[in-house]
Amino acid sequence: MNAIISYAHIKHNQVSVNGEVVFRSDSALSLPEFLSDAYKTLGLSYPKFHKMDAQCKLGFLCAEFALKGTEFLTKVDLSRTAIVLSNAASSLETDRVHQHSIDDKSNYFPSPAVFVYTLPNITIGELAIKYKITGENAFFISEQLDAELLVNYTETLLQSGTEAAIVGWVEVDGTQWEAFIFLVQNTENINKNSIFKPLNQSTVITQYNQTIWTH
Amino acid sequence: MIFASYTNIISPLGFSTEENYEAVANSRTGVKKMMLPFSQDPFCVARIDDENINQYFSGVGASAEHTKLEQLSILSIQDVLNQSGINPQDSRTLLLYSTTKGNIDILENRYSTIDRNRVYLSAFAHHLQSYFKFKHPPVVLSNACISGILAIIIAKRFIEQGRYDNVLVCGGDILSEFTISGFKSFNAMSSEPSKPFDANRTGINLGEAVSTILITNNKELGSGYNTEIVSGASANDANHISGPSRTGDGLFQCLTRILAENTRDIGFVSAHGTATPFNDEMESIAFDRAGLHTVPVNSLKGYYGHTLGAAGVLETALSLESMKHQRLIKSEGYETKGFSGNITMITSHQDKLFSSFIKTASGFGGCNAAALFRKING
Amino acid sequence: MDALIEKLKGQIIEQLNLAEVKPEEINPDSPLFGEGLGLDSIDALELIVLLEKHYGIKIQDPKDGKTIFQSLRTMAEYIKAQGKS
Repeated sequence: MNAIISYAHIKHNQVSVNGEVVFRSDSALSLPEFLSDAYKTLGLSYPKFHKMDAQCKLGFLCAEFALKGTEFLTKVDLSRTAIVLSNAASSLETDRVHQHSIDDKSNYFPSPAVFVYTLPNITIGELAIKYKITGENAFFISEQLDAELLVNYTETLLQSGTEAAIVGWVEVDGTQWEAFIFLVQNTENINKNSIFKPLNQSTVITQYNQTIWTH
Repeated sequence: MIFASYTNIISPLGFSTEENYEAVANSRTGVKKMMLPFSQDPFCVARIDDENINQYFSGVGASAEHTKLEQLSILSIQDVLNQSGINPQDSRTLLLYSTTKGNIDILENRYSTIDRNRVYLSAFAHHLQSYFKFKHPPVVLSNACISGILAIIIAKRFIEQGRYDNVLVCGGDILSEFTISGFKSFNAMSSEPSKPFDANRTGINLGEAVSTILITNNKELGSGYNTEIVSGASANDANHISGPSRTGDGLFQCLTRILAENTRDIGFVSAHGTATPFNDEMESIAFDRAGLHTVPVNSLKGYYGHTLGAAGVLETALSLESMKHQRLIKSEGYETKGFSGNITMITSHQDKLFSSFIKTASGFGGCNAAALFRKING
Repeated sequence: MDALIEKLKGQIIEQLNLAEVKPEEINPDSPLFGEGLGLDSIDALELIVLLEKHYGIKIQDPKDGKTIFQSLRTMAEYIKAQGKS
C-alpha cells in the first residue's frame, strides 16, 4: 500500500507535524524572523539555508520537520524518490525583488543570487541537494492546494518506477505564506503500522485541515 | 499507445509548424541582433515581430483584452484545435500549459487594459480556459527549462492513468527585460548568434515562442505523424541549483530509464544545447555515457534561441516534422568540437531513414528530462 | 589596506548571506572559493555585482574574477589598484 508516513504543515508562525503543533513563534514575527527561529530550533548547521529565498527556506524547513524522526531517507531508493511540489504564486515574491532591481535605471543591479530563485522548482532543487534525491521532479501551479492533482500525479509516478515521494505545497506571496509537505512510501517495504494512512485525496485533505492553530 | 499528433509553432520563423520547418530546413534563423526597448546595447535575440502578431490576432479577437503571451497562446492552441477537430469542452480533454514566467511583462507595467492579477499563472491559465471554454481548469507546469518536455511526459502519464484521452500541451514564454537582465547577470548571454556545442560558444541567446502539441490515445488523431511517445523520465542532479552536474548524472539517469536496452535504432537526439560552456559539455558526457556516441545530435537553439518554457514543446514539434520528412536538421552554429564526450554532431542537413528520436532538456534547479518518440507502422 | 579588508568582510558577509560566518573568522589570505569560505559559482557572480555596486568597478571579462577573487587581500589590492578604495 502507498501510504503517507509523515506530514508537516507550517503557517501562522507555527509548525505542526502529523497534525500536532510542535513549534510556535511570536505571532508578531515577520516571515524571515520566523524562518530563522524555526531553523534554530532544528539545531541544523546548513550554510546553504541562509542563501535561499523565503520560499525555499519555508519548503526546506517543512521537509525537515516532516522527515524528522522518520527513517524515510535511509529506507527509500533516493534515485527512485520523486519530489512533486505546487503553489499559486510560482516564484512571484522573488520575481518582485528581481523586477525592483531593474526598475530604476540609475540603480540597476540585477543580482544572480536573486534571479536564480525566480523559478519555483528551485525549491525542489534545494531539497534534492540536501537529501541527495535524484528521482522525478514536477512543480505545478494551482490556485490552491489541489489534492486531486497531487495525488493522481504521484500515483502515476508510483506505477512507473518511482517508489517514494515528497509531495506538497510551498507558497510565499507577501504576507500570505504556507507550506504543507507529506512523505509517501510503499508500506510493504517498512513495518506495517496502523498510523499510516493510505495515499488518497481524502487523506490529504483531512491531514491538511487537521491542525488546530492557536492564535 | 500514446501518440504525439497535431502541432503548431509560433516563432520569429513563422506561425505554423510547416512554415517553421520550411525556414529551418532552409537554414534560416530567427536570431537577430537588435535594439530592445529597454536597453542601450543591441542584443542577439529571437523576437516575434509585433506587427505579425497584430496582423494574425486581428482576425481572432481584440488585442487589448489579452497580453502578448495570451495572444500567441490563443493563436497556437486554436491552430491545433482546428487541425484536430478536438472539442475543448469535452470532459476527456485537458490543456496542460508549460511556462517559466508566464505574463511576467505585467510586472513591467506593459499593459493598461489588462487585469494585473494575470501575472499569477493560474489566472493566466483561467483566462485561456474561459476563452476556449475548456471543461477542466488547465494544469500549469513551471519547472524551469525542462517544463516543455516534462509537460509532454506528464500528458502521457495522465492519459495512461485513464483520466483523459486528449491533452493539449502548450508551452510558451516571451522575451522580457526580466529574463534578459537575469541571464545577463549570470553572464550567460552571448552577444553574437549562439553556437551550441562549438568550441567558441560563449552563451545563450534568448528567444520567444509558443508551441502546442496534441497528445492523444486516439489512433486516428495520431495518424498525422504516426508517432508514439515510447517513454519519458525526469531526474535531478542533486548537485547545484544553477550549475549542471559535471558528469551529467541526472541526464544520464533519464536516458538510462527511457532507453532500457534499446539504443541501436535511435535516429537522432534533439539536445538541449543552450550554448553555455557547462551545459553542452555536460550533455556530451551524458550522451556518451548512455552509449549514444554514434547517434547524430543537434541543438535547435541556433534557430530559435532559448525559448525557456516553450523549448521542449517547440523542439519536439520540429523534430516530429524532421522525422516526417526523414531529414536530419543541422545543428546551427556548430563548427568545431567543443566538448569532451564522444558524440556525433549533425553538421549539415541530410536525408536519413529513421524511425525514432530522443528529446532532452536540462535546467536550473538541477532538473533534467528526456523522452523517446518512435514512428509506428501503418 | 587593513581597513579596506575589514570593510570588505562585512560587505561579503552581507551580500553573500554568510549568516553563520563572523568577520573575525575570515582570514584575509585564505582562499574564498573551494575549502576556504566554500563559495560557489553564484557567489563569484555576486562578487562582481558587489565590486560594481560599492566600488564602481566593472569587471569586463569574468575570467579575471579568478585572480581578483583569490582571497580578501587580492580583492582589496585590486580595488586599490583601480584607485577606487
